[in-house]
Order: sequence, then structure tokens, then C-alpha cells
Amino acid sequence: MDDFAHTSSGVPVRPVYGPDDRAADPPPPGAFPFTRGNYPTGYRGRLWTIRQYSGFGTAEESNRRYRYLLDQGGTGLSVALDLPTQCGYDSDHPEVGEEVGRVGVAVDTLADAEILFAGIPLDRISTSFTINGTAAILLALYVAAAERAGVPRAKLTGTIQNDILKEYASRGTWIWPPDPSLRLIADTIEFCAAEVPRFNAISVAGAHFRDAGATAVQEMAFTLADGVVYCDTVLERGRLTIERFAPQVSFFFYTHGDFFEEIAKYRAGRRRWATIVRERYGATTGKASMFRFGCVAGGASLYAPQAHNNIVRVAYEAMASVLGGVQSMFTAAWDEPFALPSEESATLALRTQQILAHETGVARVADPLGGSYFVEALTDATEERITQVMADIEGHGGMVRAIEDGYLQRLIADEAFRLHRDVESGERPVVGVNRFATGEPVPETAAYALDAAGRERQLKRLARVKAERDAAAVRARLDDLARAAEGDTNLMGPLIDCAGAYCTVGEMVATLTGVWGEFQQPVVF
Amino acid sequence: MPARVLVAKPGLDGHDRGAKIVARALRDAGLEVIYTGIRRRVEEIVAIALQEDVAVVGLSILSGAHVALTARVTAALREAGAGDVTVVVGGTIPAADVPLLKEAGAAAVFPTGTPLDELVAEVRALAAAAASP
Repeated sequence: MDDFAHTSSGVPVRPVYGPDDRAADPPPPGAFPFTRGNYPTGYRGRLWTIRQYSGFGTAEESNRRYRYLLDQGGTGLSVALDLPTQCGYDSDHPEVGEEVGRVGVAVDTLADAEILFAGIPLDRISTSFTINGTAAILLALYVAAAERAGVPRAKLTGTIQNDILKEYASRGTWIWPPDPSLRLIADTIEFCAAEVPRFNAISVAGAHFRDAGATAVQEMAFTLADGVVYCDTVLERGRLTIERFAPQVSFFFYTHGDFFEEIAKYRAGRRRWATIVRERYGATTGKASMFRFGCVAGGASLYAPQAHNNIVRVAYEAMASVLGGVQSMFTAAWDEPFALPSEESATLALRTQQILAHETGVARVADPLGGSYFVEALTDATEERITQVMADIEGHGGMVRAIEDGYLQRLIADEAFRLHRDVESGERPVVGVNRFATGEPVPETAAYALDAAGRERQLKRLARVKAERDAAAVRARLDDLARAAEGDTNLMGPLIDCAGAYCTVGEMVATLTGVWGEFQQPVVF
Repeated sequence: MPARVLVAKPGLDGHDRGAKIVARALRDAGLEVIYTGIRRRVEEIVAIALQEDVAVVGLSILSGAHVALTARVTAALREAGAGDVTVVVGGTIPAADVPLLKEAGAAAVFPTGTPLDELVAEVRALAAAAASP
């Protein structure tokens, strides 16, 4: 059967492998180029972080869900924000009424951030924000909220996604054109290096390329190419060395169902990145060239028909991620393709990781697949293809060019179309969809019923904050921000001042748009 | 002249994998397809529909705001004197919302999982009907 002869990215696979199929034995875990993992003892020193993505409605509701997940043994928070917050609109903007609190929590001002994190020990719990266009603003709000709660910024741990390039190509929450966006990202990286040393200023994300249709190889290649753009941007400013900021750069992916391909993807990505950081940037420390990543098990690999099958898919994907050496993971709930996860399905997703971590024994030994004829050969082949795709982008004029003229979007759309046709035709087997389908009714899609009362509360709070804040101070801080944006001083200071004066996210964004303009999307399909 | 179809993404949701797959399938089937790109305001979508003189507008909505957005688009088309443009809707749409979308003026609804060939055949028929009144 054909589907057993190639991985999902098209890497040919033979029926059996032997000692002549792999290049050389990779060095042990913890040694450059880290093919076998970043740490000499694997997960014995530290287990991966179990980080479930969650957040919806208002700050009060999300805060309640966070405390529940922490009580259940979660070890970090992952904050989902609603689309208006992600795109830089306040909850009272006339165009966004239907979207307030719909796919995440609405954050308009510091008042919301303070409620969101109330009672959570931010010096001990790490927080990951899936935020990009407005990442610098959310970081400013987080720092301001933490400091009001008595936690100094130096103690904060967590990550902002802050990866704008993939937004242009696949996720869609862009605001400004590439140049000022890259400048703002470099500002956050320099700020974190200097003042929030335990916080990851950027999580370069391939996950959304993948969910938009990219193959595993493309996902890794596009992501590393984006990482190169960010590092180039920071280094060109000449204020930080690679050793100083690279340890705060992390990565983020989807793990889908092709088990060994996913393991090889992570092993190859780790080696490629370490090699790039050493060869291109001359990094001398292992810490700078370490590729640290989080992942989601689930996403577009889950299907609505026979939806309980997704529990099994997620478990395999989670295991592949761990065998690939993941640092933090979100396991999706089985009902995610058609509903906002219930507390029950979300808990089961959490238990899936706990069973993996504490019952299966996969965490006992560092890189247990190291030296496998097949896994090493597949890692080599995958790395080679990643390198080819990166060279192709470079040949097109680089990542920014490929995004601005729609080249990258077209590559992704091509794969999405092919996969869709392959699933429809049965060429790509999906159990319950085109194999062993039983025709049972697909579970009813439950669009999250927007809590109208929650939105009213949000609008009331925003109105109250606007009425009670010092209007002159707001004006002054926004003017400072505009002036700073026109020049080249780091914008994090002015943004934290804006946050402290209860400027809204929408006001800060509009101020910057006034200086920078908006991104013009190329339309390709 | 082949019938013209506008594939449109209203609202803030940026997931356009489905919209692009549908646009390409329609184009492969011989229709002339224009895609708006993501995050378009209702007024922008109507303006493009008029400017490009399309027979069908296909809205792709995954955010859950499909009923309200569809009603706004059909109303804006009528207001602009383009009430004869056929509107269809695709995305994550609960079965219970299908009648609501029809009430809001959608001629057809394509929830996630609709086979592409079925969608293409129906849009082609609607486009042909609109082109020869």
C-alpha cells in the first residue's frame, strides 16, 4: 500500500533499515548539535511542562478556569485571548461586537489583566500568551499587573508568542507592516534580555503554518527561516549578542499523526537550529544554540466523525512529541473539532499527558530512540529536506519577500488543497472518515454560545475604567508612545507607562498605526 | 463568459484554509473566482461584489458569528441595489443554525465536512441560475 511507503511529507520509507542507512551516530543528549535532546538526562532533570490552552469570556471566568487547572496539577498557564484583543480593537469597537470574549478572553485595560491573574502566584507559575500583533502590549499589561501584585518583573516566567511573520502567512492577526512589526519584536527581545530575564520574548511558531496546510517538513523549515529573520533583526541593531538573547527564543509546533515523522521533525529541527546558530551567528555556547520548543497535539489532525477516536490520536501524538524531546505541551480535547471543550474533555486531555508522564515510563531515558537505524535515517532525510525548503525561500528573496508577494501562502495553500483532496478520495487514510466509517451522525457542532451578560460586564468595566482614569495622563502617555514610535527608542517602557495609566489596547494600537500604517495582505489561493 | 463568484471572509477570524480550498475547487471547475482575503468589513465585501459584478457571494465564517454576519451582508447587498446576488455560507455551522442562515438570506449552507464536489455543483447551479434570470 502506497500510504506506508512515504511519510506524510513525502519522505520515502523502506520496509527495513540497517546500520548503513544512517550517517553517523549522533553525540549524546546534551551535546551539540543536540539531535538527541538538550539535556544529558532527558526528562529526569525536569519533566516537560503540561500547559493546557484555555481562556474564554471575561477575565473572571478565565481566572476561575486557570485556578481549576492549577488545582488539578497543571504547572503553567496558557492564555487564549479573543480576536478583538489579538487584532487590537477594544471591546466597545463598533465592528467587533460579535467577537468579544468568543475565542478567548477579552483584555482591554490593566483592570482586566489584574482580574485575570488575581490570586495566581506569578513568581512561581509560568504564563504563555498566544498573542502576536499586540504581543508587546500584552507583555506590558502583564508586567504592570504583576508589579501591582508585588511580583517584580525579574521574577516573571513565561512566553509571549510574538511571532508576526507566520501571522501574515497563515494566522491572520497582523496589524502593521513587516518593518515596524519586526522593530517592535526586537524591542521586546531586548527588553526581556535586560529586565525580564526568565521570560521568553518570542515563540517562533510553525504550528499555524501546519494548521493552514503545510507539511511537517515545511512547518519546520518555515519556522526556522522565521527564526533567522528575528535573529538577524536583533543582531543588526547591534545591542545584544547572540549569546545574550538566543536562550530566550523558543519554538512552537503542531504534532500530527505520522508518528516517526514527527519524532524525526523535532530531532532534525533541533540539530538544524543549533547548526544555524553556530555557523551563521558564531554562537559559542550550547545554551544559545539550543532549540527549545512547545507543541500542540491535535489541531487539524482531529476529525468530527467518530470523535472519540481523537482521544487515541492525541495520545499517540503526545507520545511522539515526548520522544521528540518537547519542553511543553498542550493536548487538545477530543471534542475540539466541533465544540469549545467541556471541563470533562479538557480534564481528560490533561490526564492523557499525566499518564504518559507518570505511567508509561517514556520519560525515564533520554532520547530512547537514539541510534535506531530508522529514526536516525529519517532524521537525516528530514533535515536534508528542511534545508532544501529553507534554501528555496532564501532563493525567492527571503521570508519577508515570500510573505509580501504571497509565495509562502501559495505553497501552504497547495498542500492544504492536496491533503483535502487526498482525504476525500481516501488516498490519505483517516479512520472513521474514509476508513471504517460507520455513517453514525457527526456530533452536533456547538458554537460557543456567547455569554451576553459577560460581554455586558466587559463593556461596563471598560466604560468605568475610561470614566475613572486620568484623561490627561492617558493623552500624555499615548503622545509619548507616538513620539517613541517615530524614533528608535525601545517601546516597552512607553507601553508599560500606557498600561499603568489605563490606556486601552485599542488606543495603544491606534497610536502606533497612526505612525506605522497597516499591513496590506496579498490575496492568493 | 464564466459566472463570477466572490469568496469572502467577514469578521476577524483569520482561518482561511477552507475558504482557499473552496476558491480553488471552484476555479478548477471553470468558474471565475475572486477571493477577498481575511478580515474584511461587510461594506468592503459588498463593494467588491458590486465592482466585480459577481453572481454569487460565498461567505466563509469559522468564528461562530455566522448568523449575524450573513444577515448584515444580505441587508447591505439589498441596500446597494444588489439583492439579486446569491449568498451562500460555509464554515463551522451547527445544523440548528442552517434554517437561521436561510432566514437571513443564504441560498445554501455548507457546514464543515461538505464534500467539495457537492459544494461545487451547487454553487455552479446557483451561479448559472443567477446569470440567466
